Amino acid sequence: MTGQDNLRFAPGTVVVGKWHRNRYQLVKWLGSGAQGTVYLARDGARSIAIKLAKDRASLISEVNVLKQFEKLQGDPLGPSLYDSDDWLIGGRTIGFCAMEYLDGVSLAEALKRKPFDWALVYMLQLLKQLKQLHETGYIFGDLKPENLILMHPGHSIRCLDFGGATRIGRSVREYTEFYDRGYWGLGSRRAEPSYDLFACVMILIYAATGKRMERLSTPQLQLRQLVKTQPRLIPFRRVMMNALNGSYTTADQMRQELLHDIMANQQNEPHVAKVRHSHRRQPASNHETWKSAWMAASVVISAYILFVIIYVM
Amino acid sequence: MKKGTLKQILLITDGCSNEGEDPIAMAALAREQGITVNVIGVLDQYDSEDGHGLQEVEGIAQAGGGISQIVQTKQLAQTVQMVTKQAMTQTIKGVINRQLQDILGDGESVEDLPPEKRGKVMEVVDEVGETADLHVCILVDTSASMKNKLPTVRDALKDLSLSLSARMGENQFCLYLFPGKKKSVQKVISWTPQLDSIERTFDKISSHGITPTGPAIKEAVRGFDSVSRKRGFYDDGDEAYDDGPR
Ligand SMILES: Nc1ncnc2c1ncn2[C@@H]1O[C@H](COP(=O)(O)OP(=O)(O)OP(=O)(O)O)[C@@H](O)[C@H]1O
Repeated sequence: MTGQDNLRFAPGTVVVGKWHRNRYQLVKWLGSGAQGTVYLARDGARSIAIKLAKDRASLISEVNVLKQFEKLQGDPLGPSLYDSDDWLIGGRTIGFCAMEYLDGVSLAEALKRKPFDWALVYMLQLLKQLKQLHETGYIFGDLKPENLILMHPGHSIRCLDFGGATRIGRSVREYTEFYDRGYWGLGSRRAEPSYDLFACVMILIYAATGKRMERLSTPQLQLRQLVKTQPRLIPFRRVMMNALNGSYTTADQMRQELLHDIMANQQNEPHVAKVRHSHRRQPASNHETWKSAWMAASVVISAYILFVIIYVM
Repeated sequence: MKKGTLKQILLITDGCSNEGEDPIAMAALAREQGITVNVIGVLDQYDSEDGHGLQEVEGIAQAGGGISQIVQTKQLAQTVQMVTKQAMTQTIKGVINRQLQDILGDGESVEDLPPEKRGKVMEVVDEVGETADLHVCILVDTSASMKNKLPTVRDALKDLSLSLSARMGENQFCLYLFPGKKKSVQKVISWTPQLDSIERTFDKISSHGITPTGPAIKEAVRGFDSVSRKRGFYDDGDEAYDDGPR
């Protein structure tokens, strides 16, 4: 099947809904995934995102979940849903949904560019969102950096792909092996809050090591060993072990303990790559200046993280 | 909708059958009895994608009303559970479509409903998929060319069991290998709710050059009788989902 090309339309194309008769003009191709192709589009003066689905059934499941997310208080986790309809074009019926356009960079991108301190901040945000989601009776399921987006501006975290969202107590609908506790032999694929919290640990492991490592023959041991020995993770090993073992029943428990450990640890984190870079011109022999600049930089960064934690979140 | 039992055959092979009945006909026979046949064609990087064997893979799944997927050995685990779940959804949708036709008249299907109603229908499909009982008979091709892929097959089956055991409905698995030691097909595990103890199952097999896929499917179909008989108390309420030939 060459499903991908089937869903390619030129900018300017107008999509008309069969049932609700709304019209949207495609502006720009944003991306294609397993489920379909997404365009930036215009609904009158407003910018929106339109997803054209390969398979109408799976779009419906996604729309169902989006509706569920809408019920959340405060910042929604996913994009707001505006419309879902069918488009008749050239003898075909293409299912689509119109939703809020989320402008930002994916967490996967952000983690590559930012120091590890940021990963911790994002994690606190994510845990707060997960707490709300879990309270509505759903888990996220397919939690991974590629599915999370950091909005411009403000760095608040939102999610793009909720094909994995599952009612608590059911079997997880979609997952990615590296972030799946079943794959690592550390639990079932039943939807429970602790399923998502396991994935959170894997996101931190990914952020700290920069890669998805291969699974070895004793996966449980491998993960436990890693969180105990990886220099960036050592300060948070207690929290990570708990989450790996499924000991947290709520995202909030994990968030509180992580926050506590971050605050207790902040001065020891030497990852200020960006700041150090701007001081490259300093003569290497000039030890004192360098050191104080470095100190100042860590203080500034720590203060900023504190600011984000206290005011933004 | 009544709570029923979904019956599936999952065939894992890497190529052409060369002995016994036509596997495509046997798949059609399975379907006649309300059993869906799914096929996974396993390749490693040395196999080419266009062989006759892969055509057969697709043919069997089509005749069996199921899903086929060709994968590299590495992706086997995720594919096996995905195919099984998708096939369940497909069967359930088939049943619901038929019921809808009774209500709405000919030619109407879920796809023709407005999005809101379709959403409701999909919720029902999900619900049934989560709670229905599932019987899967797994057929693994152990002919010579499959030999080095078997450890991965074993892991994939354990993973399948893990995925399905998270469902609310009940599962039953059984496992056949073909060719068998003396017969063309050999039952190595009879109906069981969990596939976690299959570590040693593949150790003692001997690989020949023959691949009796057709006879294996036929034998698997017979095997479904024994699960109903063994679990006799289920008999009266036991209704197979059957979306019938399209
Ligand atoms: N609401 C949105 N706002 C902005 N960009 C979006 C939005 N939804 C999707 N995109 C972009 O479109 C791309 C494809 O979307 P998405 O990942 O949802 O598709 P998919 O078919 O569900 O993919 P997957 O293979 O991950 O299931 C994404 O990578 C993202 O960049």
